[in-house]
Amino acid sequence: MNQTQKPEELSRRHFLDRLLEGGFLALLAAIIYPIIRFIIPPQVPEASTNRVVAANLSELPVNSGKIFRFGDKPGIVLRTAEGQFKAFSAICTHLDCTVQYRSDLKHIWCACHNGHYDLNGKNVTGPPPRPLEEYQVYIRGEDVIVSKT
Amino acid sequence: MPLSFWIKKSASWLEQRIDLSALKEVITHKTVPQHKHSLWYYMGGMTLFLFFVQVVTGILLLLYYRPSAEAAYESIQFIMTEVKFGWLVRSIHSWSANLMIFFAFLHLFSVFLLKSYRQPRELTWVSGVLLFFLALGFGFSGYLLPWNKLAYFATKVGTEIAGAVPFIGTFVMKFLRGGEDVSGATLTRFFGFHVAVLPMLTTAFLTIHLLLVQKQGMSCPIGVSQNPNQKVIPFFPNFLLRDLLGWVVALGILVFLASVFPWELGEKADPFSPAPAGIKPEWYFVFMFQTLKFIPAKVLFVDGEILGILAFTVLGMLLLFVPFLDKRSARQLRTPILSAVGLFAIIYILALTLAGYLMK
Amino acid sequence: MRIRLTLFLIFSLAIGLSAAGSDLSRNSCIQCHQTLDEKHIAIVNDYKSDIHFLRGIGCQGCHGGDARVGFAEGDPSISMDPAQGYLGAPQPQQIPRFCGKCHSDVEYMKKYNPGLRVDQEQQYRTSQHAKLLAKADTNVATCISCHGVHGILPVSDTRSPVHKLNIPKTCARCHSDATLMSGYRIPTDQFELYQKSVHGVLLLEKKDRSAPTCADCHGNHGATPPGLVTVSQVCGECHASNRDLFNESPHKAAFTELELPECETCHGNHEVAKTSDEFLGVGEKSLCLECHSDPHSRAYQVAEGTKATLDSLKAEIDKANKLVAQAERAGLDIAAAKFDLKFASDAVIKIQSLSHAASLEMVQEEAGPGMFKAQLVEKKAKEALKDARVRQYGLAGSGVIIIILAILLFLKTKEIDRQTGR
Repeated sequence: MNQTQKPEELSRRHFLDRLLEGGFLALLAAIIYPIIRFIIPPQVPEASTNRVVAANLSELPVNSGKIFRFGDKPGIVLRTAEGQFKAFSAICTHLDCTVQYRSDLKHIWCACHNGHYDLNGKNVTGPPPRPLEEYQVYIRGEDVIVSKT
Repeated sequence: MPLSFWIKKSASWLEQRIDLSALKEVITHKTVPQHKHSLWYYMGGMTLFLFFVQVVTGILLLLYYRPSAEAAYESIQFIMTEVKFGWLVRSIHSWSANLMIFFAFLHLFSVFLLKSYRQPRELTWVSGVLLFFLALGFGFSGYLLPWNKLAYFATKVGTEIAGAVPFIGTFVMKFLRGGEDVSGATLTRFFGFHVAVLPMLTTAFLTIHLLLVQKQGMSCPIGVSQNPNQKVIPFFPNFLLRDLLGWVVALGILVFLASVFPWELGEKADPFSPAPAGIKPEWYFVFMFQTLKFIPAKVLFVDGEILGILAFTVLGMLLLFVPFLDKRSARQLRTPILSAVGLFAIIYILALTLAGYLMK
Repeated sequence: MRIRLTLFLIFSLAIGLSAAGSDLSRNSCIQCHQTLDEKHIAIVNDYKSDIHFLRGIGCQGCHGGDARVGFAEGDPSISMDPAQGYLGAPQPQQIPRFCGKCHSDVEYMKKYNPGLRVDQEQQYRTSQHAKLLAKADTNVATCISCHGVHGILPVSDTRSPVHKLNIPKTCARCHSDATLMSGYRIPTDQFELYQKSVHGVLLLEKKDRSAPTCADCHGNHGATPPGLVTVSQVCGECHASNRDLFNESPHKAAFTELELPECETCHGNHEVAKTSDEFLGVGEKSLCLECHSDPHSRAYQVAEGTKATLDSLKAEIDKANKLVAQAERAGLDIAAAKFDLKFASDAVIKIQSLSHAASLEMVQEEAGPGMFKAQLVEKKAKEALKDARVRQYGLAGSGVIIIILAILLFLKTKEIDRQTGR
């Protein structure tokens, strides 16, 4: 078949073949590139719904607290006057305001309607009907890690 | 160096070690008939290509997906937001699933109407129908995996219908659900079906199906096959090039759909909240679902729903055994009645699917 | 030796005798009374669950007399003997002292429960009930009206009529009885109103013991309606922030001058209803309008401004919520934005409380950051949604490759067909 074709046709065919090869290689690259990027683990290796780095040790001096983000909800991590680390859900059980740590009272307080919680999360005075959910705290190096389980 | 050069080199290297004569036979001598119905020859290959897309994207998703009620939804959210191109892989997987089943329908109906199932291709048909059921199984099991509200309730309704079958229904329902209700156990089980059981079965039947197709070649429609001067084109490279063109276009469409109409994640399933209004199964089940809705509660002395389920089961069985029921076409005789039945089925499916979406 | 023995005998006799009195199976009052008619049997049975019985105090502990004798001899008069201190069943006027002779005795009560108060009788004497009792009105409540008489349970027992959850019903026994109350100049709908109130629903339906009962505001033993100046102090025991805000507001001085009962003026007393944002502002349900109807007054403007600020904050939060929900449905990770939005919602709650200060400045100070947060969240949500769309355009490059490839394949197909003569 090839012998009956003119030289121009031959070169056109080769050109087409080269283009085709190039096109397929480009497509292959366009497929392989996202796959490689996909396979490489992202910065945060897993969703932070059960465990999160709540604070750095330097942010939590004795008798202080910090609000941190746990998924889409606020949590509070605190270091008691005795130096113990504790963590709770920061959602007040009364009307869902965000609680805070009061270093003068040395316990947790909700500014909205004056609810008080002790350092076990128990609602002691004011409108809150239930205690705050308590979380586990682990120290790993400089990180203060809060976990739900 | 051109690609063809490298292919020739690899081929000769292999030939010194394995007998590639069968393969060479296919490449050099296999032909495909060309006639006005030839377009339908590409449906099977398209379904196969989309299946490969599912396997590849599915394996990629497996690297990050977590099959438990507590983590499934979040893991997909993670894939879509944190993993590079995760949104693309996930959306392609969801779109390609639907496209694959759509082409499977096209492939099934075109083969049916062209009577390609007739002797000697009965086994090809049987393995094909089984593959079709497996594809529906993939769709049903995969739909639950994101563990969102729609999927949860669709699965609840679907497994409840399975449970309505007399005698074995309760057992089947508990087997599918991994318990009395749809729960995390159902999710884990469906995951097992979706990534292990169904792929294994599909591989087995697909191998049989493809081997048969390669061995027996393409079937010609009844009126056409009588023609001794039947126009053919070589399988390689002509038919294959056309196949490839179709696959590249399909890939382009998938990429377009995944980017412009990304697949939603919805809200996380909450077993204790009431079902949202208008729960429907995926589109490929809607015609059956709508049929069940239309059947009156009681037909004579039989419960309407059970009647509907049994009817579909019987039809499914008949579908499987079509080549053995239609002996006329084996003798190259036209079977207009069967064609009419097929056309009716297509119209019925289209009409009821439409009804399912238009009626509230 | 002999002296020791004698002392020992006397000692054991004393113990034995007192034991006989407190060994209630050999208490002759009980032994005899449980053989009498239905009424007396019922009293004995009631008494068996009485806290006094369980602490080893027999009938003679209140009624006097000698419980060691009388039954075996078949002669009640040697037991029910005034010479032995028998008091019989007391008259209503005698009851407070009857109970008080033990319950006001610090040394005596210490032996049983050092934590119990011993001023109930003293408090009772200050109450309206006691004042009327002194004027020979026997309709009024005495100790036994609320605590029961022979089957008295500790207050902490949920079956006790004076357990927190039961107090409203106990007071209502008399105070809702129109016939009984017909001689007095007070209404009888308090319990009915209380049942509908926020406090009533909380206590009676949700069984939440943090809600106030009649006794929390009126006192229990010293029950008297609060005078004007004490209303906000009573409410303020729980609603401290609102009390403080109110006391700082211009209303405090004004209400004192007008002799208005502070909290009760807007919130009612027994029928304290669930608050609604509609109480603020100048709309239909507005409470401010009751006094401040002049649109040109500063007060009217403060009322209007407060509501407007609150409404716009709520609207902004609503907008942000919708966008966040949209982003979530699309599978975008919007957790950080949702978290931020919480602070805006906190501001809404704070403003609802701040309204007691009647200060537009304070409200706006709180609303400002809340508004800012809500708008920030909207921005973040919109960006996230936009990101989802940017991807479409990013795919243009791949789309181009695919289209070109498709065209090339098409051309190649045509060429091969030509070549192979098809």
